[in-house]
Amino acid sequence: MFDIPIQALMGQLLIGLINGSFYALLSLGLAVIFGLLNIINFAHGAFYMMGAFGAYLLLSTLGLNYWWSLIIAPVVVGAIGMVLERTMLKRLYQLDHLYGLLLTFGLALIIQGLFRNQYGSSGLPYAIPSQLQGGQNLGFMFLPNYRAWVIVASLVVCLLTWFVIEHTRLGGYLRAATESPQLVQAFGINVPRMVTLTFGFGVALAALAGVMAAPIYQVSPLMGADIIIVVFAVVVIGGMGSIMGAIVTGFGLGLIEGLTKVFYPEASTTAIFIIMTIVLLVRPAGLFGAQK
Amino acid sequence: MKRKLLCSLIAGLGLVAGGAAQAAIPGGVVKIGVMSDMSGPYADLAGQGSVLAARMAVEDYLKATKSKLKVDIVSADHQNKPDVGSSIARKWYDSEGVQAIFDVPTSSVALAVNDVTKEKNKVMVNSGAGSSDLTGKACTPNTVHWTYDTWMLAHGTGSAVVKNGGDTWFFLTADYAFGQALERDTSEVVKAAGGKVLGSVKVPMGTSDFSSFLLQAQGSKAKIIGLANAGADTTNSIKQAAEFGIVAGGQKLAGLLVFITDVHGLGLKTAQGLQLTETFYWDHDDGTRAWSKRFAAANGGKYPTMVHAGVYAGLLHYLKAVDAIQDDTDGAKVVAEMKKLPTDDPLFGKGMIRVDGRKIHPAYLFEVKKPSESKGPWDYYKLQQTIPADKAFRPLNEGGCPLVKS
Amino acid sequence: MSSAAHTSTGSAPVSASAVASTHNPARTHALVFAIMVVILVGAPLLGVYPVFMMKVMCFALFACAFNLLLGFGGLLSFGHAMFLGGAGYAAAHAAKVWGWTPELAVAFATLCTAVLGWVAGLLAIRRQGIYFSMITLALAQMVYFFAVQAPFTHGEDGIQAVPRGHLFGLIDLSNTWAMYCFVLAIFLGGFALIYRIVHSPFGQVLQAIRENEPRAISLGYDADKFKHRAFVLSAALAGLAGGTKAILFQLASLTDVHWGMSGEVVLMTLLGGMGTIFGPVVGAAVIVTMQNYLAELGSWVTVVQGVIFVVCVLVFRRGIVGELGALLKKSL
Repeated sequence: MFDIPIQALMGQLLIGLINGSFYALLSLGLAVIFGLLNIINFAHGAFYMMGAFGAYLLLSTLGLNYWWSLIIAPVVVGAIGMVLERTMLKRLYQLDHLYGLLLTFGLALIIQGLFRNQYGSSGLPYAIPSQLQGGQNLGFMFLPNYRAWVIVASLVVCLLTWFVIEHTRLGGYLRAATESPQLVQAFGINVPRMVTLTFGFGVALAALAGVMAAPIYQVSPLMGADIIIVVFAVVVIGGMGSIMGAIVTGFGLGLIEGLTKVFYPEASTTAIFIIMTIVLLVRPAGLFGAQK
Repeated sequence: MKRKLLCSLIAGLGLVAGGAAQAAIPGGVVKIGVMSDMSGPYADLAGQGSVLAARMAVEDYLKATKSKLKVDIVSADHQNKPDVGSSIARKWYDSEGVQAIFDVPTSSVALAVNDVTKEKNKVMVNSGAGSSDLTGKACTPNTVHWTYDTWMLAHGTGSAVVKNGGDTWFFLTADYAFGQALERDTSEVVKAAGGKVLGSVKVPMGTSDFSSFLLQAQGSKAKIIGLANAGADTTNSIKQAAEFGIVAGGQKLAGLLVFITDVHGLGLKTAQGLQLTETFYWDHDDGTRAWSKRFAAANGGKYPTMVHAGVYAGLLHYLKAVDAIQDDTDGAKVVAEMKKLPTDDPLFGKGMIRVDGRKIHPAYLFEVKKPSESKGPWDYYKLQQTIPADKAFRPLNEGGCPLVKS
Repeated sequence: MSSAAHTSTGSAPVSASAVASTHNPARTHALVFAIMVVILVGAPLLGVYPVFMMKVMCFALFACAFNLLLGFGGLLSFGHAMFLGGAGYAAAHAAKVWGWTPELAVAFATLCTAVLGWVAGLLAIRRQGIYFSMITLALAQMVYFFAVQAPFTHGEDGIQAVPRGHLFGLIDLSNTWAMYCFVLAIFLGGFALIYRIVHSPFGQVLQAIRENEPRAISLGYDADKFKHRAFVLSAALAGLAGGTKAILFQLASLTDVHWGMSGEVVLMTLLGGMGTIFGPVVGAAVIVTMQNYLAELGSWVTVVQGVIFVVCVLVFRRGIVGELGALLKKSL
């Protein structure tokens, strides 16, 4: 079992890192939303899917290419998210977390159902942008340029987000508003608006991940449902409110998944859940979460 | 207890009231159902297209034979779930007067409907599912298996590819019964034809990223990468194989279950060079072309898959049999008649249905054209080989079907 | 990042408020129970498709078992499918491969899920709130994985052609009416058992823990033990429903262990009314009816289910029975 050549292993680890990028981006959005708003956003996968569809639609109806979609799709989907927050989620803040989860679960069903009705489930093609086609022969594997771009782009986005939230004034306001909204409001900061914008930002991150996923996976209404459960596990392991936790765990779990695929591929999707259970039993707030 | 007594009374009443009038064709109306995947991964290769094919079959039959039969078609979405499929079948048979069910893609659902159909003595003419067990150990006197099955796919694609020079294989296998059967059958064929299986990897269900599995396939240096999967799994693995330069690097992909709708979804740039076996192609001859153009006109410009063709041809033959014996309530009798009458339709040509329920017709090995070779949308295949009908399907005595008296 | 100021255990979800009134709840319950029995016995006689009614009863029992944990225990399990589906496989295997009679197969299934619930509960109860839910989800995913891999489950095909068998070796259950009585007896028995549990001292303590766990602990109750027991009971009864369903449909499949099924039972309970006795029955009836009769509309079923979720959470939190109860000022 352990006679896997180093080359194959490194190739798998690199692939794992690429997958990890998506996990990191998605769990980052989830962590932002949970950490700041205490909402468990089950619809996150649906927004991811909408981002991918946004890219597809922008290309097929308006002829706008990938690079435009990277900006437009997240903004549009983020705006939709903000509308949903304003109209529905707002009313649930006083209640148990459970209701937010159920509402977003219901929203996910609606969004997924509508897209399935319209587009079926076979998946729609989306081409890799011409500037990123082809690849580099690294010796141990052939790395497509686009996948390298995914790693780099997600790292940049993740670190930027982390920096803004943890080290800038805006982020400071956000974090303060989480701890004591009334006090922050008293300082003249419009807390509800900040909350809405934050939710929109988290959703936009999901949509961005969707646009980046479109050329690699098929653009399918089911793509969100498949990934959301795994992303939940990532966020829980990393610590529900920890931004750095989500980033590190996302990439880390991608690596672990990649390793599992070499030795026991059938279990690759389950390994994450086993880890999640262990982590929750040992460190309930997650690896990076703050103990309450 | 009072409740038990009441229940026994009810049971008794039920038994007495059960004997319905055994009319030959109740009300002169033949009611059939098309059960398919209307919203899931197989909706394009089957789905509403199958319902359309059924309607065309009824229209054409009535027009050609001027028969006095009236045919009612109902349809339902089994959502690829065996429990949904079997309860729809039960409901249809028990309380809606449906006498025969058509299409039923997804092997697990097909097997479940197969059981219910036998229990109620109705008819299933399956066009969409792949499991060769339907004419093997799960065969019944009430089921006809049209279009294709895993044995045919394995032997068609497998031996043809080996003969064409693909003698080393690596499998990407969807980790469920269908995928495993496909891999097993194809491996046997490859080895029997003198080839070698260098390895395989089982991919969990629901995986959308095949990069690491494709990497293993690439590393194995096998000439052929066999895709023992279907639907979204197949299109995903093909797309990602293109990304990793697998075909450009000299390895060929063999799609063990690919439909023209999958190729359409992928686009020729990605799918070119793919080898696959089907039993129907719209551009095969004048008969198929005429029918397919009619189909496409009513189907939003989408051309038919072999599953759609199978529903059409299967229903045509069913109606022929029902008209011949003027009875549709006794499923086994109708199927026996279907086996007695030779089949003849513009889509599959002349053929017959064997005693185990297997419909026999030739199979074709295709290769997907390069974009430069295609004259327009849906012009996707070039014919590599025709596998004659008597070689395309599993020999009668090898399936383990209890209906076959050896 | 710490979460917003919030009670540390998370306030329990709002369930049908106990309306202070002078009416006798037991009388109301008996009346509604009688109405339910009449409907269940009368509907098939009036032409409603019996298999459909039996499906409703199985899911109603499943939802009632789930509600025991959620509505009365305040614990949202996102993995209850592992009990429904796991029991299905156990009963199907026992009936088909070992040739056991149906009542033994179902009993075996219930026992298996009780054990599974015991182990799962041990792992899950240690955490609160959303973490509890996440652990149950993770455990259910592992059970799902097991169901896909283990040879005896036949993966995607499921265990098919499960014989209905002869009840007690005597009564042939392939007769629809006999089967109907069997399922009806199981449902009414399970329902009555849940009723007894809820109104027993155990049930009262459980509800007290749901309302305010620290207070219950300060009164000397071992909250974890109570929650664990409730978890096992809920699991076992869900298993009873699952085993019966497998014999009814003569099939055990992956659908029943998939996390979508866990979501569905939440929907049924939420729609019917969390924390009410009859809510889950109504919720299950509505959802199963909708799925059956809207099956032709394909994905619209998903959309409708989503809309129901959203509407229930926003404006209809007490669910059908909860709202009805509030309207009539009776506890249902």
